[in-house]
Amino acid sequence: MTQILLIAIVVMIFVVIFQISKASEYVSVLKGEEKARRQNNKINAFLLICFLILGIIGCWWCNDLYYSKTLFPQGAASEMGEKIDLMLYITIGVTGVVFLITQVLLFWFAFRYQENDERKAYYFPHNTKLELLWTTVPAIFLTVLVVFGLKYWFKMTGEAPKNAVLVEVTGHQFGWEFRYPGPDKILGKKNYKLTKGANSLGVDFNDPASQDDMHVGGTVHIPVGRPVKFVVNAQDVIHDVGLPHFRLKMDAVPGIPTTLWFTPLYTTEQMKVRTGNPNFVYEISCDQMCGKGHFSMRGVIIVETEEEYRKYLATLDPEYWTVFPDKKPKPANAAPAAADSSKSKGPLAAIMPAGK
Amino acid sequence: MSNTVALHEADVHGVHEVHHEHHHHETFISKYVFSQDHKMIARQFLITGMIWAIIGGFFSVLFRLQLGYPNSTFPWLEDILGHWAKGGKINPEFYYALVTMHGTILVFFVLTAGLSGTFANFLIPLQIGARDMASPMLNMLSYWFFFLASVIMFSSLFVQTGPASGGWTIYPPLSALGDASTGSKIGMDLWLVSMAMFIVSSLLGGLNYISTILNMRTKGMSMTRMPLTIWALFFTAVLGVLSFPVLLSGAILLLFDRNLGTSFFLSDIVVNGKILPNEGGSAILFQHLFWFLGHPEVYIILLPAMGMSSEILSVNSRKPIFGYMAMVGSLFAIAILAFLVWAHHMFVTGLNPFLGAFFVLLTLLIAVPSAIKVFNWLTTLWRANIRFTPAMLFAIGFVSLFISGGLTGIFLGNSALDIHLHDTYFVVAHFHIVMGVASFFGMFAGVYHWFPKMFGRFLNNTLAYIHFWVTIVGAYLIFWPMHYEGLAGMPRRYYDYSLWESFKMFGGLNEFISFVAMIVFATQLLFVFNFFYSIFKGRKVTSLNPWGANTLEWTTPLRPGHGNWPGEIPEVHRGAYDYGKDGREFIPQTEPVGENESHH
Repeated sequence: MTQILLIAIVVMIFVVIFQISKASEYVSVLKGEEKARRQNNKINAFLLICFLILGIIGCWWCNDLYYSKTLFPQGAASEMGEKIDLMLYITIGVTGVVFLITQVLLFWFAFRYQENDERKAYYFPHNTKLELLWTTVPAIFLTVLVVFGLKYWFKMTGEAPKNAVLVEVTGHQFGWEFRYPGPDKILGKKNYKLTKGANSLGVDFNDPASQDDMHVGGTVHIPVGRPVKFVVNAQDVIHDVGLPHFRLKMDAVPGIPTTLWFTPLYTTEQMKVRTGNPNFVYEISCDQMCGKGHFSMRGVIIVETEEEYRKYLATLDPEYWTVFPDKKPKPANAAPAAADSSKSKGPLAAIMPAGK
Repeated sequence: MSNTVALHEADVHGVHEVHHEHHHHETFISKYVFSQDHKMIARQFLITGMIWAIIGGFFSVLFRLQLGYPNSTFPWLEDILGHWAKGGKINPEFYYALVTMHGTILVFFVLTAGLSGTFANFLIPLQIGARDMASPMLNMLSYWFFFLASVIMFSSLFVQTGPASGGWTIYPPLSALGDASTGSKIGMDLWLVSMAMFIVSSLLGGLNYISTILNMRTKGMSMTRMPLTIWALFFTAVLGVLSFPVLLSGAILLLFDRNLGTSFFLSDIVVNGKILPNEGGSAILFQHLFWFLGHPEVYIILLPAMGMSSEILSVNSRKPIFGYMAMVGSLFAIAILAFLVWAHHMFVTGLNPFLGAFFVLLTLLIAVPSAIKVFNWLTTLWRANIRFTPAMLFAIGFVSLFISGGLTGIFLGNSALDIHLHDTYFVVAHFHIVMGVASFFGMFAGVYHWFPKMFGRFLNNTLAYIHFWVTIVGAYLIFWPMHYEGLAGMPRRYYDYSLWESFKMFGGLNEFISFVAMIVFATQLLFVFNFFYSIFKGRKVTSLNPWGANTLEWTTPLRPGHGNWPGEIPEVHRGAYDYGKDGREFIPQTEPVGENESHH
């Protein structure tokens, strides 16, 4: 019933607008078309200048409402991110000035030079000096922005520092998996054809380097203040590791591993204070359309102190044990295969349950 | 083309039946359906484009309902969409189909075919002084291939597994694997076949436009005397002819990957627990093929709007367009650069940073010709005597939107910034303003300006003004705040943001945007109504040159028949922009240069 009413109202509005418009046509014929046209011209010129003024107020108001909801008041959570923010502010400054000047000129000219019998349009077909001016000035500004941009671009896409914490990130429909390289700091080889059952990432366990690797889903822990390098993979379609708080993003492409690195500046706990949001959490959003569950492909990053991070790692069992439960050493007598890894893990590994 | 056209002096309807011997017996079919008259083909493109625009716009209303009101249900949705909206809530799979089809329809079917198809067909012969296109037959085929593409695309909306749902960019592997998405089943094949037909249509049209402009200009119409509309349409056609075949190759390879077991774009894939045998392909290769068209495509959409706005701004300012040669030069620069910037859509694919640097440089270079155009438009308005016809308002709106959307391109073209903003609402805001809404404004300006020539009647002015004001205010209200969502990293193409701690605070804003979007959509229906009503009942045009313009199309009879000019094609003696020269309001192109006329 309400639907029919709603449709009826919309139709009514349409009919009313239409009738007014038709009537205005008749009125203009009665008044004399030229006179009606001039009147319309004045009204529209006035509306254009109103649009400019209200538009500028609107921009300011919009900024007032939503700036606090962007990520900039809280600052970037990575070293590189802070530089990106600075660059963003500079770009906003430059483009903002151009925006204001050009829009004001556009609408002011439109209003100021509306049709008027006393004035004739000024014949001004070209002026080489002016044209050169607005070719070179933008070119100079853009050169500055490009130089800035490329400097950071090469820095952020460059090699990760040697001491970086290595984590492998794998996207699939619709979730994220993480693999830590374990004490040997080497991620074991993978072969997608081995993907089966518990070996959901297709790890090649014949590679000794893979036997101490630890696999967790959904949430990844990383230490604060140290560079972190993600090796990014996808299993089925293209995904994208989106890290808005760190100002980073990298596609996850099946068959073509990619990398990204950053240095987190604040732990999750510190960010809760900085943002004043007790529920704050670093989220990984999938930023490349990947199917019907794309919007729910959420990952969580927990940034913590070095000590907490080490404690956390100690709670994880190698994936090798999960895939081949018979290889898992009994708590009492450590099996030779896992001897080196259990050494660094300490007693906690035996007591705590395997990772999430 | 024959020049033997009989004259019916008194007949304002011109020569529609007396051009060629067999035209004496024009039937309904040969006049309105399989017509070879460029003006009729233009109208066919326009009306088909409008139908698509309504469908594409309606899809955006549907998905905006989901975005604005994620926790509400609308029982009437189930009535019209059936199992796609069980319980009155659009399901995610269909949401993505809507997003995909919205993009496909508006980018290709409306703003490419509907815009270029309409105005290139209509204006090229009329403004350069030709009786028709170089090949009217190919021109007719161009429309009918577009029609075929439309039918196939439309039918894909009704297959059981739904239309394509991998985004209008159809990146494989998502678009290649039926196992990854139901939209990638038969719907995707139909999408690809439809697009192949569309490309054929676009190539036939483009080749025709280029050869017509190069070969069939009337006496005296040198290239540098052509109106800017024609220059813009010329570069548009060149872009299309050189870049669409690349998309065709991508589409065909994708069809092979889907149906013949090849591995052009597939490698190392495990989907739904199935291990696929494909190895050695590259999903990124497709993106290169796609964006090699995809970026020029942006300018295929934008250049005609630029050209028409330039023309309309000059006519209604009663002033010459400022810096005609610079305007042509900047169009040319944009057209060249359009081919050299495609990888800026791929900064986050893991592309070689060194290569990326070149694309940053070339991308930001586009800002220079764009700046020239903007300042030249502004100078055209300076000390003018402006008449605010609806077309003029839309042309001014075009400039405003082009500035707003163009400036955010400087953020996105700079790779270091793009990484944060890529695939967020910042991008949505950027391209909707600069390419979507701005081109629509150019198109509306064109329709309002040339409607009298197309149909011999005027559109209703009051409705036109309402249309303009609601649309420009609405467009800014919808897309301006989206920049803020993008700065917060809010990703595009999400069905529901309420699960996300980082993005859920924009729920209220999304609702507001959806609400405004519905009003703006309803206003477009008002335009559609005005359009069809005015074809039959609009105020009749009584003077040959209602806007006081210089270009040749206004020297034809009120309703020109096939062949355009009843007698000889007029000769051209000057450029198209002699407004306000020597104290005269305007001097048509057909008027010989006077002895005492000043040189500029």
